[in-house]
Amino acid sequence: MMKGPKKWRLFALMTALLVFLSGCGREEISTLIPAGKVAQDQFNLLILSSIVMLFVIVVVTIIYVLAIVKFRRSKVGEDMIPEQVEGSARLEFIWTAIPIVLLLILAVPTVYSTFDLADVTAMDAQNEDGVAENLTVNVTGKLYWWEFEYPEQEIRTAQELVVPTGERVYFNLIAADVKHSFWIPSVGGKLDVNPENVNTFYLEFDKESSELEEGVYFGKCAELCGPSHALMDFKVKTLNREDFDAWVAAMQEEQAAPTETLAQDGQEIFEQSCIACHATNAAGAATGVGPNLATFGDRTTIAGFMEHDEETLKNWIADPQQYKPGNLMPNPEEINNGEAFSDQELDALAAYLMSLKVEE
Amino acid sequence: MSSNSQKKGFGATIWDYLTTVDHKKIAILYLISGGFFFLVGGVEAMMIRIQLMKAGNDFLSAGTYNEVLTMHGTTMIFLAAMPILLAFMNAVSPLQIGARDVAFPFLNSLGFWLFFFGGIFLNLSWFLGGAPDAGWTNYASLALASEGHGIDFYSLGLTISGFGTLIAGINFLVTIINMRAPGMTYMRMPLFTWTTFVASALILLAFPPLTVGIFFMVFDRLFGANFFDVTMGGNTIIWEHFFWIFGHPEVYILILPAFGIFSEIFAIFSRKRLFGYTALVFATILIGFYGFMVWAHHMFTVGLGPTANAVFALATMIIAVPTGIKIFNWLLTIWGGNISFTVPMIYAVAFIPSFVAGGVTGVMQAIAPLDYQLHDSYFIVAHFHYVIVGGVVLAILAGTHLYWPKMFGTMLSEKLGKWTFWFFFIGFHLTFFIQHFLGLMGMPRRVYTFGADQGWDLFNAISSAGALLMAIGILILLVNVVMTVMKGERVGNDPWGDGRTLEWAIPSPPPFYNFAQTPLVRGLDPYWIEKMEGNKEGMVYAEPLGDIHMPNGSFIPFVISLGMFIAAFGAMYHTDGHAWALPVLIGGLAITFGSMLVRSLKDDLGFHVTKEELIADNERIQREARALEGGKKGGLK
Repeated sequence: MMKGPKKWRLFALMTALLVFLSGCGREEISTLIPAGKVAQDQFNLLILSSIVMLFVIVVVTIIYVLAIVKFRRSKVGEDMIPEQVEGSARLEFIWTAIPIVLLLILAVPTVYSTFDLADVTAMDAQNEDGVAENLTVNVTGKLYWWEFEYPEQEIRTAQELVVPTGERVYFNLIAADVKHSFWIPSVGGKLDVNPENVNTFYLEFDKESSELEEGVYFGKCAELCGPSHALMDFKVKTLNREDFDAWVAAMQEEQAAPTETLAQDGQEIFEQSCIACHATNAAGAATGVGPNLATFGDRTTIAGFMEHDEETLKNWIADPQQYKPGNLMPNPEEINNGEAFSDQELDALAAYLMSLKVEE
Repeated sequence: MSSNSQKKGFGATIWDYLTTVDHKKIAILYLISGGFFFLVGGVEAMMIRIQLMKAGNDFLSAGTYNEVLTMHGTTMIFLAAMPILLAFMNAVSPLQIGARDVAFPFLNSLGFWLFFFGGIFLNLSWFLGGAPDAGWTNYASLALASEGHGIDFYSLGLTISGFGTLIAGINFLVTIINMRAPGMTYMRMPLFTWTTFVASALILLAFPPLTVGIFFMVFDRLFGANFFDVTMGGNTIIWEHFFWIFGHPEVYILILPAFGIFSEIFAIFSRKRLFGYTALVFATILIGFYGFMVWAHHMFTVGLGPTANAVFALATMIIAVPTGIKIFNWLLTIWGGNISFTVPMIYAVAFIPSFVAGGVTGVMQAIAPLDYQLHDSYFIVAHFHYVIVGGVVLAILAGTHLYWPKMFGTMLSEKLGKWTFWFFFIGFHLTFFIQHFLGLMGMPRRVYTFGADQGWDLFNAISSAGALLMAIGILILLVNVVMTVMKGERVGNDPWGDGRTLEWAIPSPPPFYNFAQTPLVRGLDPYWIEKMEGNKEGMVYAEPLGDIHMPNGSFIPFVISLGMFIAAFGAMYHTDGHAWALPVLIGGLAITFGSMLVRSLKDDLGFHVTKEELIADNERIQREARALEGGKKGGLK
């Protein structure tokens, strides 16, 4: 059994090497590449606790390796009867006291940070004109998509959260059906989206997402919510304050009608079959049964996780259950007088939806 | 009536096991059925890893994946880990305290059959319209929304098997309090008995909240109540509290007996008294005690507010202290010992780094703000598999090798055992170590698929490869079991040569009355004391040889459990408006209560093993022992 500990060490080394080689994951989603104050605080706690724990592991490993090397039977002799030691009060004291000290080192920042990250007192702060000083977004988790309402700005969108950089953004979270959990790993830890109460927290976004390879941060649902839980993704677009204000202004305007004939045909079909659930106007609309599509042409994904192109869009409309099992979007037959959409109808719908943009 | 291994027909053996109230046979029943469910849960685990081995895989559909992950967790916790640990508790604890059986042999049998029928009921869901799909935690909003009968199978199945576990827990508490041999004071009890004792107390206190929660769930789903229905004023967070007030102690119900098994192993195979026995005992009690005060650390992200989160974060951290005490006492037990690397000892030695790794990530998750990132990600998946596989499953594998000779009278192959160990151990670390990083890289748990653009492909592939190694290890163990059973080479009282506690002082397997004469316990590790003093007879006895009163076997526990099993189908299908459902529900309950009535009214006074039979039996045992000595020297060497 001589190989035991050696193999173990080799294995650990190899694993460590592998982790090192493949880096820390993608900037869009990894908690190891924090892109905001909250994620940074949590990352610091991760590093601090890892160091403390590494110390514990090293101490245990040293005693452990020495013990199994020094006191193996082949070394101490077949018939050796060891002294039957009862214990040692001094040692017990040492290994009770030292862990307590280590835990205190962790406890102080834990308590501080717990209260700090939950501090939403500034959420309702208003300036002299009665305008809110901070941006608040109301998030509603639905099977399997996300709605984002900006109450102060009176606009709403879905699937792609747009936020300004360099300031605190406050979130109110609630679920419309079953429990979800709202998580943007690279920006901050998750908070559950409960059906019975509004949860509140804040996040800060440091970096404009246009600098990222994908152009957006990845958001996730982190609580099992049904068959398509894995597909309940959303994206986060971060803009500097100026661009954000421009975006808000564009959202508040009445959307222009499409100019192309194909898109106009699409609008006609949309207004017969789809408009009952999907709004195409971002301003002031009431909460939707389906995602608000006012910014559909600006988005980077379809249904939160698929390639953003017309082909995918047409496939999705023609058979939503195939791509996102258990979602609540009806099949074409249910909304189009019992018939599937023809290829022309799908082309028209896709052209129309892709024309829905607020950004230039 | 001497039950000792006269050749019996197959049918007679089956009937014997269906009616047995002997703790050693019930242990075998627990081991076989727990082992079976362990294999089922293992197949489910392999399906999960096959599905996740590459991005966008379509081996399982989304809905099926959720069923598989739910059943994997539920099966492994309730139907595999706990029953197998109960097998060891049954096989060993009564022997360790010098008792002839548990306090309530009839209830012991009833507990087993309830667990068994509950487990079968739960697994029948696969064939009757779909398994539960809301995770083993069964969070209420999703569970209420789940279509079909999957969740009903979950709640009714766990209700039935939960009764069984509760009965088992109460039984061990009473047994250990009341039935210790003369001289076996609390502070002389072997650590495995201590951990059985504390785990049983946890069962007693932790299962009622689960039962209440599940009752609410059953009433919401089947009888139109609104405990959890938010639109009717219910509250789903209440379920989370109920579940975790049970769920956290449940983790300790699993890990404490595992600690107990390892404590025995470290002492036996280091040939050394447990270092800091008193500290180990009090650490066990403290862990059990704190276990009830930390449940909300599973709910840091629920939005309980900073005060609750901070309090529960600190309370959770405290648990690291007694756990650390245990680790260091084990290290000091092997320090200065004479370590023999048998298969059980290899598992025990491997357990220390594995469990420390799981423990430190536990402390990291106790840091509430950090847990906002780690919670419900693959980091937590890695953490609890490090604790449960690196702690409980390694203990189960170690215990299987350690106690196999005591339970069956034969020895598992050391060589194949080492093969199993290496495959399993390397596979285990390969599977789960990498998952910490998947979690940190943003991968949520319980996802049936992931996109190629998330950067998780390589690590998931590695993880799946590790799972394959674990599966190979378990297959080798099965081969080992089959070969050992075929060979059937008998071993003596103390096959490991360095047994310290009472169970090693009697034949393997022990006669059905365990101890012909109740032993007198003169200190910690009583059998070791006698051995060191050169006591040829094995033990000193606390009583003269005389008649022993033993309980009769009974088929009633089986029938009581069967009745509940039948009633559960009636309750479940009643909601579909089947006309036959209500009669089935009533009929099933009638069977259950009817057989309870029979049990209450019919006196069953048991029987006596006479002194003459004991003497004859003892002669036979001596004869067999001599034959064994002559055949070959000892068990291990």
